[in-house]
Amino acid sequence: MKARALIPGAVRVLAPVLAVAVALGVSALALLAIGESPVATFSAMLRYAARLDSVVSILNRAIPLFLSGLAVAVGFRTGLFNIGVEGQYRLAALVAAWAGALVVLPAGVHLVVVVAIGMAVGALWAGLAGLLKVWRGVHEVISTIMLNFVATGLAAYLLAEHFREQAVAGDLQIKTAELPASALMPTLNWALRALGLELRRGSHLQGFLLVCVLAGLGFWLLLSRTRFGFDLRASGLNPEAARASGVDQRRMVVATMLLSGAFAGLVGASQLVGFFHRYTIDFPQGLGFAGIAVALLGRNNPVGIALAALLFGFLDRSAQILDLEDVPKEITTIIQGVIILAVVIAGQIAWRVARRRQAVAVSEQVRRQEAAA
Amino acid sequence: MSVTPAIELRGIVKRFPGVVANDDVNLTVLPGEVHAIVGENGAGKSTLMKILYGMQRPDEGEIKVNGAAVAFRSPKDAIAAGIGMVHQHFMLAGNLTVLENVILGAEPSRMGRLDLSEARWRIDLMGAQHHATLDADRLVDSLSVGEKQRVEILKVLYRGAKLLILDEPTGVLVPQEVEELFATLRELTAQGVTIVFISHKLHEVLAIADRVTVMRDGTTVTTVQAADVTAAQLAEYMVGSELPSPSTRTTQATEAVELAVEGLGVRGPGERWLVRDVSLQVRRGEIVGIAGVEGNGQAELVEALLGLRRPDTGTVSLGQRDITAWSTRRRREAGIGYVPEDRHARGLLLAAPVWENVMLGRQGAEPFARRGWLRLRAAKAFAAEVLRRFDVRAPDANVPAFALSGGNQQKLIMGREIMGEPQLLVAAHPTRGVDVGAQAAIWEEIRRARDAGLAVLLVSADLDEIIGLSDRLFVMFGGRLVAELDPDDVTPQVLGTHMTGGRQGAA
Repeated sequence: MKARALIPGAVRVLAPVLAVAVALGVSALALLAIGESPVATFSAMLRYAARLDSVVSILNRAIPLFLSGLAVAVGFRTGLFNIGVEGQYRLAALVAAWAGALVVLPAGVHLVVVVAIGMAVGALWAGLAGLLKVWRGVHEVISTIMLNFVATGLAAYLLAEHFREQAVAGDLQIKTAELPASALMPTLNWALRALGLELRRGSHLQGFLLVCVLAGLGFWLLLSRTRFGFDLRASGLNPEAARASGVDQRRMVVATMLLSGAFAGLVGASQLVGFFHRYTIDFPQGLGFAGIAVALLGRNNPVGIALAALLFGFLDRSAQILDLEDVPKEITTIIQGVIILAVVIAGQIAWRVARRRQAVAVSEQVRRQEAAA
Repeated sequence: MSVTPAIELRGIVKRFPGVVANDDVNLTVLPGEVHAIVGENGAGKSTLMKILYGMQRPDEGEIKVNGAAVAFRSPKDAIAAGIGMVHQHFMLAGNLTVLENVILGAEPSRMGRLDLSEARWRIDLMGAQHHATLDADRLVDSLSVGEKQRVEILKVLYRGAKLLILDEPTGVLVPQEVEELFATLRELTAQGVTIVFISHKLHEVLAIADRVTVMRDGTTVTTVQAADVTAAQLAEYMVGSELPSPSTRTTQATEAVELAVEGLGVRGPGERWLVRDVSLQVRRGEIVGIAGVEGNGQAELVEALLGLRRPDTGTVSLGQRDITAWSTRRRREAGIGYVPEDRHARGLLLAAPVWENVMLGRQGAEPFARRGWLRLRAAKAFAAEVLRRFDVRAPDANVPAFALSGGNQQKLIMGREIMGEPQLLVAAHPTRGVDVGAQAAIWEEIRRARDAGLAVLLVSADLDEIIGLSDRLFVMFGGRLVAELDPDDVTPQVLGTHMTGGRQGAA
């Protein structure tokens, strides 16, 4: 148990907390500069966020951010930077939406099939970048960025030319057919009701929240309790040592990209079966890029990513009250931006401090042991 | 006052987490002398040198150069004060010529244009003065190790150094090249250059130094005249006690061949053979040594044995099985232990705790994994056992590997591999960079494992190690095994001759 004291868990938490604090400070300065009171603004945001419908909204917003964060984090843990989650989840959502509307299946099974299709498409699209790296030595940062553009173009083409629902007269929206009810994720409103909480009509707590819990748990189990996870982390910590220990680096790159893409597919699926029920040209954008920030802030572990996703969900939601308060809601964008910058810098500093303190602690303890012996 | 010292250090203290700090270091180097600094690895030599060269600033104490107090903020300041450093690992650009390397970073210019003629003239002059003639237009890649080192020295002299710090300069040289280096150094001192010579090879120190300062546990123990002291005495100062005497050899080799290599060849880029037609056998219970100057194919041979590199010709067999086409994982799980030459690069996950590091190499096999799931309890128990049996100084197995000192990291790797009970251990430079105590312990463990029936292939550039441990000894040069020697009656001179290509005729 003494060893626990040596691992400065505080330092692990310190970096993200510091980053958020710095971001709040900078935003406060920005608010002062435009003549607004930071205290009044922040407390208005907090008050608004504490309402039940806000809490539900924050949770709903955190769902895709969390999954996207996991997708990016898998890559980071292996030492790969998957910037292509964006393209992966959108293509996944489109194909899953189209395929899901084509088939007739029992409820539940249908849902699982649609989600699985999404994961498979995301995995394949990301796997492409993995194969390019293994076969041709193309850096995954380049290939995944490029594949984002390809995915966008491909999705637009497929939607417009092949997957489009034959429009009723007068309906100009380009979209896939709506998924039947058997493919939709039930809401968690019953759980709220059981707690004695009643939501406004039309507002739901998305059932994909449970999938997130499972995904987070699976992520943790896979990485810290399986041989595959050990290989993956070893590759991220020291690729040469991993190779010497028998890890096939090429296979690892492809496996990681497939896994990362599968999580990306979940991002798209969550929005599809939980909220939009079809793919339209208004399908949410930017979740893949947000996932990079969430993964960074969450330090690539599931609990951290969950907290980061909730924070970003909170900022998105509470920004809505700012218009009513006559404060530009872009202030939350500033907060998010500064958090990302600060977490990278603070992370480095905290890591160095932790390393140094730990080395000192260990050498002192060894010295004490030797003195005692 | 007789002579003003070229360098004077008084009461230097440097606190540096994790490694032995410098504590009350005192050093006086007289102008024109060769002053050796000896000590075990980890005794504080490198820290002291980094302070002297401005790479680190002392927390306390005083540095005087030619009688004037200085406070170096960077190597630039040290260079300006006439101090130059020749690093252990050369910092040369192989695709540039000797001339270009020498002037790199201090290019002479006239009206903003590179002026090579001036530099060429100065280099030729220096070369002539120091008997270190080198063709200024040759590519550095085409030079021998000894010649490269001369380029490093020229580089430093070119920048106007009056005091040279040489960090373990003989580590990469064969005996003949060491002689040449010493001739150059004597030439330099004759012209008033002062030399600080860091080493742990005591015979060499006594051959070249005028005075010797011994470091132990981060502090300077004593300074003696080289003429008044023996190697054994120096060693005693270094370790603070008597050295263990070399153990007698009892060959336990059986007839069972554990590793059989037949006609192994590895081609590098450009059709060059890095390993050529290597055939050897290692039997149960014997240590087969491969001596050689680094870069003669040992690293590639080891990689081919471990499946990290595909051989172009030949076969590798483990026991009765042909493993030439096997993956690294399969080989390791079949019982090949591996001590890599660079423990940071290949042997450890520095940020991971010790108990995870002990799984490395066997993370897919019993007892650490069952059906793809890790068994943390088995790993932690094994780690505790490694720490205990191999005397790895760590509070417990939960600390990350980076928190251990170099010697303890190496003992951790050694323990992990040997206690994994492999059939064959491939150990490359197993005691490089570890202190004398850890070195003796590691040697002892290798011997013990050998006596228990382990087959060991030992690659090392440390002649004491390779002669002291090996039951049979090969010399590798230019990718081939050029000689098989009996370690019992081989001398460093004979070995050195073979290591440089048998210039003086094969034995």
